[in-house]
Amino acid sequence: MSRAETGAPAAPVAAVRPSRPLWTLALFRSELTTTFRRWRTLALLGVLAAVPVLIGIAVKIETSDGGTVGQGGGGGEGEAPAFFSQITNNGIFLVFAALAATLPVFLPMAIGVIAGDSIAGEASSGTLRYLLVAPAGRIRLLLAKFTAVMAFCLVATLAVAVSGLATGALLFPLGDVTLISGTTVSFGDGLVRALGVAAVVALSLVGIATLGVFISTLTNSGIAAMATTVGLVITAQILDTIPQLHGIHPYLFPHYWLSFADLLRAPVYWDDLVKNLELQGLYAAVFGSAAWARFTAKDITA
Amino acid sequence: MEETGAAVETRGLTKRYRGGQLAVAGLDLTVPRGSVFGFLGPNGSGKTTTIRMLMGLIEPTSGAARLLGEPMPRAARSVLPRVGALIEGPALYSHLTGRDNLLRYDAADPTADPRTRPARVASALDRVGLGAAAGKKARAYSLGMKQRLGLAAALLQPRELLVLDEPTNGLDPQGMREIRALVRELAGEGTTVFLSSHLLDEIEQVCTHAAVMAQGKLITQGTVAELAASSRGRLSVTTPDPVDAVRVLKEHGVTDLVTLDERVVGELPQTPLELADLNAALVREGVRVRAFGTERASLEDAFVALTGEGFDVAG
Repeated sequence: MSRAETGAPAAPVAAVRPSRPLWTLALFRSELTTTFRRWRTLALLGVLAAVPVLIGIAVKIETSDGGTVGQGGGGGEGEAPAFFSQITNNGIFLVFAALAATLPVFLPMAIGVIAGDSIAGEASSGTLRYLLVAPAGRIRLLLAKFTAVMAFCLVATLAVAVSGLATGALLFPLGDVTLISGTTVSFGDGLVRALGVAAVVALSLVGIATLGVFISTLTNSGIAAMATTVGLVITAQILDTIPQLHGIHPYLFPHYWLSFADLLRAPVYWDDLVKNLELQGLYAAVFGSAAWARFTAKDITA
Repeated sequence: MEETGAAVETRGLTKRYRGGQLAVAGLDLTVPRGSVFGFLGPNGSGKTTTIRMLMGLIEPTSGAARLLGEPMPRAARSVLPRVGALIEGPALYSHLTGRDNLLRYDAADPTADPRTRPARVASALDRVGLGAAAGKKARAYSLGMKQRLGLAAALLQPRELLVLDEPTNGLDPQGMREIRALVRELAGEGTTVFLSSHLLDEIEQVCTHAAVMAQGKLITQGTVAELAASSRGRLSVTTPDPVDAVRVLKEHGVTDLVTLDERVVGELPQTPLELADLNAALVREGVRVRAFGTERASLEDAFVALTGEGFDVAG
């Protein structure tokens, strides 16, 4: 090593190493593996995957006497949740039922945990300062965090969808799919639509995910950021049900969540789907910029 | 700020936290290249804030800092890959193994070659003596092992500058010796080492230069020899007649006299004094002298004299 013979007040020893564009991607890969190797992440995915199984078993038991869901106490009683009544005829509806059941609470809560912990968790464990002096670069680290959280949105949605499809295929017959609009399409077409529904559900979570990452840049406590994000999910859901506040409803991130069902019409009813994606994009832009502004100017004292 | 050959240079570096608390006030620090620089100061004196500003983690309120000749935090992307740091203790992913922790930190460096990554991680682990524990989860590590892993993270690349904040914290005496040996070895390779510690004898053993901070201000900086010399040496006389000895020494201008059984210790006066004459004077007055001599001033004496504060030397 040539460093050894340089004297005390020597000129710079090691040559400045250039940063290669491809090498900078290592952080993104590291972020993904670190996120998905954590027990907490796997536990969240496990819980999400268990929901369709529970729904499937419940429907199977309830209809084992040959009846259908929601008929128990005679016609007048409240109807079963969306898609539940079709599950017995076609297992693929378990995918839609499970997504409809998890989207309001379970999925956003899981995202809230992962997104809220993204920056604040690193801050509270102190690893943030070492990543930054590595030097990860603040913008690059923030982008890597966003990428990992978005990947979790997708994987979490797929966990529900795939588990729903597997359980549905196991417990119920599969076949041609009768859409909400009454048209019948082939099972293949139904699968494609199921994939589309999963994609839309994953994109529906972009708003809360970005909001969570922004909240995560505000504090050095991972728990506080997670709790705040999950609290916001619940608050938004409650506000969305208060009719007097209908003026703000179109701006609440969960407002158009259930519009994914419109993909199950022929022809597809795009209005609310597009509104949903626009709203999620708006949240991503606003809170993404806020997270960038906050994180790049923040004093890292933890 | 003019570029000099210094590894670290700050001019008027100041940090006022929100709420008005002045953590660092007008710091002018110069760390020469190739030095092992001891950064001393009581708790809360602004050492850590200074280190965080140097590393680009905290934005200075005013003033400027240069690391390896380049301005921080502007040049962070090109400078920091050449700097290894241990800041306020190690921080690890407890669910990852020691090796995976280092792989992650190395992946965060955009100048780190992924092809040599496993080899560099393995050699960094060996260098701090963690080779055998590399596959253990970090949550199972003892404090000393975590400290070693933090050091290993600072050694993933050949560095020009190492910033080590309390590197021997939590280590047993054997571990401390190993770290001191490692610091000397790195310094021998030409790496500048910036070492903050509250263990004064540690600084004295390994450092060539030192600076002392108190209440956010730099009190002094220079070579360790200069600093220790700035505090006058102490006179020590062993005698069965301590009362007479104290009287005679006082007459000759020795101050701060303390008697411990048969031993009298005092500060020599600022004006040079021929010690032989002093000894002769004692004997002339009938004081029976068993031992007579000066004790070299330690850095601790210099430190206490400068900051006026006690210091937990035993750690």
